[in-house]
Amino acid sequence: MAGALGLNGLIALFVSAILFTIGVIGVLLRRNAIIVFMCIELMLNAANLSLVAFSRMHGIEGQIFVFFVMAVAAAEAAVGLAIIIAIFRHYEVVDLDRFRLLKW
Amino acid sequence: MSLGAVAAAGPGALSAGAAALAGQEGAAGGFQPVLPWLILALPLLGAAVNGVGAFLWRDDKRIPTIVGPAALLGSFAVVLANFIAMSGADLHGAEVVGLWNWIVSGDLRIGVDLQFDQLSMLMCMIVTGVGSLIHIYSVGYMRDDPGYSRYFSYLNLFVFFMLVLVLGASFPLMFVGWEGVGLCSYLLIGFWYENRDYANAGKKAFIMNRIGDAGFLVAMFLVFMAFGTLDFIPVLAAAEGTLAYGGALVTGITLLLFLGCTGKSAQIPLHTWLPDAMAGPTPVSALIHAATMVTAGVYLIARTSVLFALSPVAQGVVAAVGAGTALFAASIAIRQYDIKKVLAYSTISQLGYMFLAVGVGAFTAGVFHLMTHAFFKALLFLGAGAVIHAVHHAWAHGDGRGDGGYEDAHGDPNDMRNHGGLRKFMPRTFVFMWIATLAIAGVPPLAGFFSKDEIIWYSGAYGYPILWGVALATALLTAVYMARLMVMTFHGANRTFGHGGGAEAGRKLHEVPAVMWAPLAVLAVLSVVGGWANIPEALPLLPTFEWLHHWLEPVFAPAIAVKEAHGFAPEYRAPVGGGAGARAVISAAIAIAAVGGAVGVLSPPPGPPAVEAVAPTGFARVLHDKWYVDELYDRAIVRPSLALWRACWRIVDAGLIDGAVNGAGRAARLLGWAGGQLQTGRVTTYLVAFMLGALLVLGVLS
Amino acid sequence: MIQDFLFQAFAAGSILGAVIMVTRRNPVSAVIFLVGVFFATSGMFLMLDAHYIAAINVILYGGAIMVLFLFVLMLLNLGHADWRDLRGPVGGLIGGSISIAFLGVLTRLFVGGTDARPVVELAGSALREAAAEQGVVGVVARPLFTEYTIVLEVTGVLLLVSMVGTILLARRERGVGERERT
Repeated sequence: MAGALGLNGLIALFVSAILFTIGVIGVLLRRNAIIVFMCIELMLNAANLSLVAFSRMHGIEGQIFVFFVMAVAAAEAAVGLAIIIAIFRHYEVVDLDRFRLLKW
Repeated sequence: MSLGAVAAAGPGALSAGAAALAGQEGAAGGFQPVLPWLILALPLLGAAVNGVGAFLWRDDKRIPTIVGPAALLGSFAVVLANFIAMSGADLHGAEVVGLWNWIVSGDLRIGVDLQFDQLSMLMCMIVTGVGSLIHIYSVGYMRDDPGYSRYFSYLNLFVFFMLVLVLGASFPLMFVGWEGVGLCSYLLIGFWYENRDYANAGKKAFIMNRIGDAGFLVAMFLVFMAFGTLDFIPVLAAAEGTLAYGGALVTGITLLLFLGCTGKSAQIPLHTWLPDAMAGPTPVSALIHAATMVTAGVYLIARTSVLFALSPVAQGVVAAVGAGTALFAASIAIRQYDIKKVLAYSTISQLGYMFLAVGVGAFTAGVFHLMTHAFFKALLFLGAGAVIHAVHHAWAHGDGRGDGGYEDAHGDPNDMRNHGGLRKFMPRTFVFMWIATLAIAGVPPLAGFFSKDEIIWYSGAYGYPILWGVALATALLTAVYMARLMVMTFHGANRTFGHGGGAEAGRKLHEVPAVMWAPLAVLAVLSVVGGWANIPEALPLLPTFEWLHHWLEPVFAPAIAVKEAHGFAPEYRAPVGGGAGARAVISAAIAIAAVGGAVGVLSPPPGPPAVEAVAPTGFARVLHDKWYVDELYDRAIVRPSLALWRACWRIVDAGLIDGAVNGAGRAARLLGWAGGQLQTGRVTTYLVAFMLGALLVLGVLS
Repeated sequence: MIQDFLFQAFAAGSILGAVIMVTRRNPVSAVIFLVGVFFATSGMFLMLDAHYIAAINVILYGGAIMVLFLFVLMLLNLGHADWRDLRGPVGGLIGGSISIAFLGVLTRLFVGGTDARPVVELAGSALREAAAEQGVVGVVARPLFTEYTIVLEVTGVLLLVSMVGTILLARRERGVGERERT
């Protein structure tokens, strides 16, 4: 049983790496801010997956960590979407290449 | 024989600290300094009060008038009490009073220690005594000066540093005083700093003194290297055992010390600052540049007499430079027209005498001449100041041409061609000046006769016939230039207001007030009787013969012993034979004949006022232009240096350093520009950078 | 065995969903597929004995956050695929290489790599026993309210702050002049 679970754990880590990479691809290759944002959520989820997998070896702290990550992700999603709304009101687009405000 | 004194002082001095030493010696010598710190504190306090006053009550002259001279008189009183106490005690060695530790580093301990012995007390008497008189005189002389309070502040500060120099019990403390008097000298030469020439004269004095000071410093390092201490008493006590007689080290130390002396005491080759130093107020010239500071070099050699006695080469150099300077400066003095310049060169010449004395080994004679010279040269300067004061006021007191108008038209109140016939208007000054003139010329029985005659005799007796001849020739020149000064200033017809200005002169030229001539009177008395302090045995005119010699014997005995141990004993070997009596006759005859001859030849004084004068020609011109030493220095040192510094400025500073600095600035700006380019403000760029950063962190982890 | 099969199916499904999600031009379909991915990962959490996490993953991510996304898309009327937001060849090259590097680094980090780090040994029995004793929520809740209380409180403050910030950011401006006056 443990061996099978061990294999599943390994698969979980691989899946985590692949999901994370897909997230990176989305962040770097898409220009739609909302899609990029969703990819970031995907990356967070991939990280959570690896944390859960590791918690089987190191104890419950991994899951605690996932809990906090989710809390922060919720906050981040709320603020991020609010920012997107504010920007959209100004530019009428959500194209990242049009966002050039991050310098004084 | 003399080693006994050293041995008595030696072990205690070497092993114990200064405070312990003081107790030990005090028990042995029966002399306890009275309020030693007060000697220094009073002038310093005066300087502080007057310095504050220069800002706070600039126009109120009452406080400086009281505080300035009172600080000196109080200090003089304490010194006098100590002097009397010391005469009553049988003091061998020195009494050291430790005030506090100054530098303690490893084995090195330098304290603020005051050394009381016969030599330093004599110097203190001169400094505070003559200083008090000059302070009183200054009250009159500087009466109308806007910088009155500042003047007294500087002057008090000078006396403080001079006393530090004299009383300092170690090389570094003496050096503090040495630099301090140099600073005050600079401040007072440039006292009227609005005048660019005067300010430059101050700078010249300061810079030339630095050359000498470098020598002093290196000598100090060598002393520390050789002895491991810098206090005078242990160094001098250990000198004979530590340093080889005539060795390279002791010769180096003493020659470097002497380099310091040539700077401070204006000897060849560093003599050119002293004539320019006459830019300062005349009482300053009297106090600093005649009576006290410039004699610091002689004092330094007297203080370290044992070291010099160990190096016959250095002694020879000192004596030769002294004699050469004496003759050289006297020759220039003959053709000067500025009354203060004559006296300045006379001072250089007389200092040359003192160095001749300490050079040949007659330390007592050198200090003796230092003392008498302080009296009569201060008197001469103050008298000259009175003359200048009178002429200046005669010109300045408006005659319808506005303030100073006549001075502008006629030129310089210092120029003797603008004096003449002042005997009628300033009878007291006239008398006092003649007394001083006869004293410096060496006419018996005035002070200068005894001191100078002793130097001349010793230079022959120690076996230096050439120096003996030079000294005699200088004595002749001294009498001539002083007689010329007197004749041009006081005799003949008055030229102050041009030809035929006698009536105007009679109205406007007056004797100086009592506050100015009273100090002259005191100094005149001292110039007469000062020499009686050391009447030689050969002339038993007074029961106190050779008093100074006995007084200073404990100080110089070790040095004399060293010299005698190596076969240097005074023995009359002058070219013109005769004993101790005959030599006196020779110098007296020369002095009297020269003074008489010069007065006879020069009066009535020739020549028109300064504005109408023609430039001298021939050899007289060479003398008038001071042998072109300044010009030589200008060509040989100043201009090449300037060229070098200019090159440094253009190439090194403007090119390399500015280039590096500007380049650094440009590089920073470029870097900032490059960094700014990263800062696109585009979210995409930041995303890529962020991902690369995360990748880097993960890459390091893996 | 059925569990292993399910686990591997969830794993494959999540990857597939992610690929589809990242390639959708229409954001609404991307959201839908992302929800699918979250459900699949929740299933994997379940198989990995993280029941509580699986539950809040569905509720929080699949429910709340994704609904928020959809809500924003609707609000801004962005739910149509009328512009091509894929980057050009240069952007693709840079993004692709960075992504491949990420995959390599992460794989190496997880699996061990050259320094023969021991393969992560997954033993879920201890966790499962604890869950049997304390219940699946208790396993997480107990440390959360004992050891990590302060962190929990701080997280609460963070959420409060983000709520205030969100309201401030998303508040409709009532005209330029009026805004400058406040």
